[in-house]
Amino acid sequence: MIPPSFDYHAPRSIPDAVGLLGTLGDEAKILSGGQSLLPLMKLRFARPAHVIDIGRIPGLDYVKEEGGVLKIGALAREAALEASAVVREKYPILADTAAVIADPLVRNLATVCGNLAHGDPANDHPATMLALGAEVVATGPKGARTIPIAQFFTGLFSTALAADEILTEIRIPAPPAGSGGAYVKLERKVGDFATAGAAAFLVIKGGRIERAGIGLTAMGPVPVKASDAEKSLAGKAPDEAAFAEAGRLAAAATRPTADRRGAVDYKKEMARVLTVRALRKAAQRAGGK
Amino acid sequence: MSTHKVQLKVNGAAHDVDVEARLLLVHLIRENLRLTGTHIGCDTTHCGACTVLLDGVPVKSCTVLAVQADGREVTTVEGLEKDGQLHPIQDGFMQEHGLQCGYCTPGMLITGAALLEKCPQPSELEIRQAISGNLCRCTGYVNIVKAVQHAAQAAAAAKQPAAAAR
Repeated sequence: MIPPSFDYHAPRSIPDAVGLLGTLGDEAKILSGGQSLLPLMKLRFARPAHVIDIGRIPGLDYVKEEGGVLKIGALAREAALEASAVVREKYPILADTAAVIADPLVRNLATVCGNLAHGDPANDHPATMLALGAEVVATGPKGARTIPIAQFFTGLFSTALAADEILTEIRIPAPPAGSGGAYVKLERKVGDFATAGAAAFLVIKGGRIERAGIGLTAMGPVPVKASDAEKSLAGKAPDEAAFAEAGRLAAAATRPTADRRGAVDYKKEMARVLTVRALRKAAQRAGGK
Repeated sequence: MSTHKVQLKVNGAAHDVDVEARLLLVHLIRENLRLTGTHIGCDTTHCGACTVLLDGVPVKSCTVLAVQADGREVTTVEGLEKDGQLHPIQDGFMQEHGLQCGYCTPGMLITGAALLEKCPQPSELEIRQAISGNLCRCTGYVNIVKAVQHAAQAAAAAKQPAAAAR
């Protein structure tokens, strides 16, 4: 399969890329890793008249901690996230997530920012970023603005990015002492989209949960932030009873659709089970275990 | 529809080609450059038969535009052999019967060579993880893993005498 015809642009700076987006508008799509966009174009699900490749813009491939914030640049690949020492040590939830996205060859090109900007509720990073309370930086003609991740996903394959904005950075607050996070995914085979996935992040102080973040993959038209489950955990001891209740509330917040990966009831049940597993693992990590 | 001048190195040789924006790297390799060792399998970013090295990194060439390879170096399965000597990974596949129908083999060889470059003595788990984006429809994974292990051992053994001579 060969994609439909398009004009290709390779700007050398973010302002140039934003300028092109401003001129070409809805007819243009941003190409970063290309591991979602190109398959969609080959299948004729996407037919952009213009493709703006940001892959030639220097200095965007960073994964670095700065001023108490982990910053992931627009061209940071999933493979770089997996290999990053600071991610492995301090943000194992991100390493969990990167390691189950597609396969190693795809991860050599696929970008973390692209995984969010694509707006696919079956992608894995949205759940993790919801659990971690990340922000994304949207750069447009008037400069950069930050968008809390909980406000970023507006519908199936649509985001809060304006037509002339590019997602240029993800910002994740450094995890405080006594915190831990984990992502667990159920997939039929390596490289498949999730049947269900759950991300959990816990801040535990003095034996009580101070704050919880829970995000769910492939559980509706947008990535699900399980707010009721998060609230139910606050102030409780991180034990099985608390996790069971959170799992129940998380499953209640889902709206999955039936497909070859499973029926609705099955998927909701998997969301419950995976939420509990992610919470257990997060609590273990919070305890330094 | 835009056309672009693309300069790239494939297996060390410089090429200067005009390509349509939508041309995929795998088609540039197979049709323009007539290097048909790289296979097209699923064409949907699943199977890995089209795996090539792009600046030393294994990628699926059915999911890269040819124009994205401008100014970069590509290595295909034809580039593994050096001066008439098979790459250790190729020899490993021969010795351990690492192929049946051979369709996935070019991708397996490239992924295997890239793994050994990064991790000369991989564990079985590391090998299995590395090839998890390369599908073998003959399901010959047991021998493929053995073939990569064979290549790793051969490379280690080749280093031994040199170390002893010092």
